[in-house]
Amino acid sequence: MLYCLLIYERPTDFERRDPSVEADAYRGAWRKYYHAMVDAGVYVGGNPLGPPDTGTTVRFRDNKRQIQDGPYAGTKEQLGGFTILELPSLDAALDWAARCPAASYGAVEVRPLAGGLKDSITGENQK
Amino acid sequence: MKTRSDDEAHRAVEAVARESYGRLVAVLAARTRDLAGAEDALADALVAALATWPRDGIPKNPQGWLLTAARNRLMDHARHRIVQDQSAPTLELMASELDEMTDPDALPDERLKLLFVCAHPAIDADMHTPLMLQTVLGLDAVAIGRALLVAPKTIGQRLVRAKNKIRQTRIAFEIPTADQIPERLEAVLNAIYAAYGNSWEDATAADQHIAELGQEAIWLARVLREQITDDAEVRGVLALMLHCEARRAARRSADGEFVPLSEQDPRKWRAEMIAEAERELAAAAEMGRPGRFQIEAAIQSVHAERAHSGTTDWSAIATFYDQLMQLAPSIGGAVARAAAHAEVRGPQAGLTLLDAIASETTSYQPYWAVRAHLLQQLGRSEAADEAFERAIGLSEDAAVRNFLAHRRRQR
Repeated sequence: MLYCLLIYERPTDFERRDPSVEADAYRGAWRKYYHAMVDAGVYVGGNPLGPPDTGTTVRFRDNKRQIQDGPYAGTKEQLGGFTILELPSLDAALDWAARCPAASYGAVEVRPLAGGLKDSITGENQK
Repeated sequence: MKTRSDDEAHRAVEAVARESYGRLVAVLAARTRDLAGAEDALADALVAALATWPRDGIPKNPQGWLLTAARNRLMDHARHRIVQDQSAPTLELMASELDEMTDPDALPDERLKLLFVCAHPAIDADMHTPLMLQTVLGLDAVAIGRALLVAPKTIGQRLVRAKNKIRQTRIAFEIPTADQIPERLEAVLNAIYAAYGNSWEDATAADQHIAELGQEAIWLARVLREQITDDAEVRGVLALMLHCEARRAARRSADGEFVPLSEQDPRKWRAEMIAEAERELAAAAEMGRPGRFQIEAAIQSVHAERAHSGTTDWSAIATFYDQLMQLAPSIGGAVARAAAHAEVRGPQAGLTLLDAIASETTSYQPYWAVRAHLLQQLGRSEAADEAFERAIGLSEDAAVRNFLAHRRRQR
């Protein structure tokens, strides 16, 4: 089963991505985590997202585009990236979430991917 | 008209349902991870049993019969299911596994896995107890709502949501790894004890259903102890509940009045339950891993000693409460600790301890009841009156209100 780890980070965490702010600790932790997932054969995909201030939120209402500067949620902790893993159970996904660097400084939400819905939309069977 | 064999068959269905409900749900759900589906299939099997057993006789292996019927029902549903998910091949596997189990005693007992699923950290802690009551014991939402004082409709919806989460996120039906057992077990023990606590707070046992909930909680703890034999706190929680349960009848006088522990007649305590509690506590103590439930059970054990010695060793109780507050601080423990120290060192000592926790206690009934009692002993009748007033206002139970009003008049 596919699980998505949604990685939530604070503004200060996004700043740590800048090598001039923090040389190696931040990237190093993520690199180790990535290799651990790949070595375990559970990594399916994922990507960090650009910082929240690069976000633009779009709605289409009354036949009109409504475009807004900034991310969708006005919360302090913002979606910073996602990882998709193939695992047998939620418990295994929670284990990987706990190992994620962001679990120690931000938060990681675990959600199953809605595979059945995807199949019915794409007309393909993932399995 | 019902015949004798009808009655026998009905009783047989009831007996096997009572004994095997959780076992069968666990066996089925451990393979499909679909709790609601397993419960529905078993309910259908029980209905089928009620229809066929009076006619064909009670099968030699009632549990095996129910399992086969429930499994067939699950297979039918799986074949008709439109949404494709991973459970169809799992069901095929389950069917072949179950076919090989001709010996009913060889059926694996998966109830422990089920208890860990019900108290899973991904499930809202408020739902741990209701899930256990429903899936392991077979209580319906109406019975659970009545016992836990929640609207059955609300609890029914929340149970459905919790079971959906278990199925959709594929929470594992497995016993946690050794390093995780302590933290996962704590939630299981808390959920079982919460079921018991709900029953215990109904001081005069006015409601039969609530009293039964206490017995169900003890039954769950026994299931747990059968499977986890080497954990001291599992035995501790069982000992604690048995000690309390032994005194249930003594808490009410012949005319229905509330009787506090210190005034109970030890002859009304159930000696065999106390003996079992003592055996569990002794076995726990040998493991050398003290914990919250063992200390609470030890406190009850000191109280039980009055049946033999005629007195209560308050100094031992005060020491246990000191330990309990270090290990697992709680408002209830802090108030009880103050009461115990008052017995040892006088009411003023107890009052000083109460004053230290005053800020968190505006609506905690035992705080005001103990405070009223201590102020009365000190002869500060005006302040005592005020505290009695608060305690009575915060009591939910009429028998407790009467008791406090009576105490208040004893100058």
